[in-house]
Amino acid sequence: MHGLINRAIQCFVRDSYGQRRWVDVTRLAGLEIIDFEAMLQYEDSTTKALVAAIAKTLRVPEETVLEDLGTYLVSHPNVEALRRLLRFGGVNFVEFLHSLDDLPERARLAVDDLIIPGLELEELSPDRFSLRCSYDYVGFGHVIIGVLRTMADDYGALVFLEHNGVKDGVEVIDITLIETAFASGREFDLGARAE
Amino acid sequence: MTDTQDMLRMLDVLCPMHVQLDANGLISHAGPTLQKLYPDLALPGQGFLDVFELSRPKRITNMEGLLATAGQKLHLRKRLKPLTGLKGVLVPMPMTGGAMVNLGFGISILDAVSDYDLNAADFAATDLTIEMLYLVEAKSAAMEASRKLNLRLQGAMIAAEEQAFTDTLTGLKNRRALEHILPRLVKDCTPFGLMQVDLDFFKQVNDALGHAAGDAVLQHVARVLVESSRDEDCVARVGGDEFVLVFRGATDLEIMGRIADRIISEVENPVPFRDTICKVSASVGIAMYSGCGETDMDQLLSDADTALYASKHAGRSTYRVFEPQMRDSGPLAG
Repeated sequence: MHGLINRAIQCFVRDSYGQRRWVDVTRLAGLEIIDFEAMLQYEDSTTKALVAAIAKTLRVPEETVLEDLGTYLVSHPNVEALRRLLRFGGVNFVEFLHSLDDLPERARLAVDDLIIPGLELEELSPDRFSLRCSYDYVGFGHVIIGVLRTMADDYGALVFLEHNGVKDGVEVIDITLIETAFASGREFDLGARAE
Repeated sequence: MTDTQDMLRMLDVLCPMHVQLDANGLISHAGPTLQKLYPDLALPGQGFLDVFELSRPKRITNMEGLLATAGQKLHLRKRLKPLTGLKGVLVPMPMTGGAMVNLGFGISILDAVSDYDLNAADFAATDLTIEMLYLVEAKSAAMEASRKLNLRLQGAMIAAEEQAFTDTLTGLKNRRALEHILPRLVKDCTPFGLMQVDLDFFKQVNDALGHAAGDAVLQHVARVLVESSRDEDCVARVGGDEFVLVFRGATDLEIMGRIADRIISEVENPVPFRDTICKVSASVGIAMYSGCGETDMDQLLSDADTALYASKHAGRSTYRVFEPQMRDSGPLAG
């Protein structure tokens, strides 16, 4: 697994629950390191062990951990760069949804050995979509749900999201658009740079 | 007339940064994004060359000159601040005697988006600008992550090097550090004084009182040597009870002799260890490198060693400066 993903998990736990908790998590996961490097590769099993350890420490299901991670990724000021990069996908939430198909390609443009979930959007009707999410790590669809929920807020859209289970190793997320301009959303200034 | 209006509306979508010029070079219409560059000035009615300066090709002052550039790449600059650079191309409109110029930001795009508060809707749908901005931002973020990793790796490397060059018991440099420093000084023709210090009766302390006592003595000697040298000098422990000091820039034998005397007398101070005291003394050999002449590290160390043997021969607790004839009367010759 790419270090960026493990590093994201580390920042999520550290920024949400403190460094002390993060150290506990790494011990519980049986890891010998505390800090992940964003630009190195790690064993896939490490990521799974981390998520399991966080769930155990926080006494919540793994799905909750993953969804909270997704929320963190696009809302915490420490990772503002990612939210900005996603906002380049479109000027409104529907355009953003359609840009998800390109997301793995976009990620590879930035960091060429970064593999993120393959995403395929199907438009069932103008306000109903189905997103198919395929990844080595089954369960990562919950991260995508956290990201989508927060990005909808970011665009000021009101949506209903539901994880519809795993079919042939592919996770399916149902998206219902209730209101595209529900709230004013957050500013997105093209010229601003994330810190 | 409506045809023209329809045409302009289409052009505003396809080329939101174009301008229409009449036969006199006055702007008759400006695309919506281009107009954003002049928030306080309506472009229609302005002379094109009054609002944009043509920097290449040069010396074009009128409509006739402009028309002659048809199809060429134009380099322009806004005449009002911010002086944003623009690229453009002109196409004549034979029907009216005027022309259409399509403009773009080129590399100035990064500043332009913040200077003019541009957003995705200001660019044609086929324009790659948004993708380029995405890429610039994504690459900067990735580069920043790499830069931080490099800094951490560099820090780790420096720490590892320092560890590799340090004698852990005394905190002095080790032989590896000496072998790193000496050849450089010789190569740079930097003069230095080389002092080899050897402890007398150290084995007896070790044998009688154990290694812990020996370690206490070595730490005491290390302190003496560090206090007798400057920061820019090198103090290394190169063997069990052997030390080498490199005095950078030293050429004065008298000063070297005084330092050696001080070291010898300080080393002889008794070292308390548990309920007893340890006593050792030191013999010193000195070799000088004047900054020129055919020699190398091994030769200089061997010279200092020869001088050290001469001082041991002379009854210990003293120093000798290397002289070539010592080689013939040294312990091997003796």
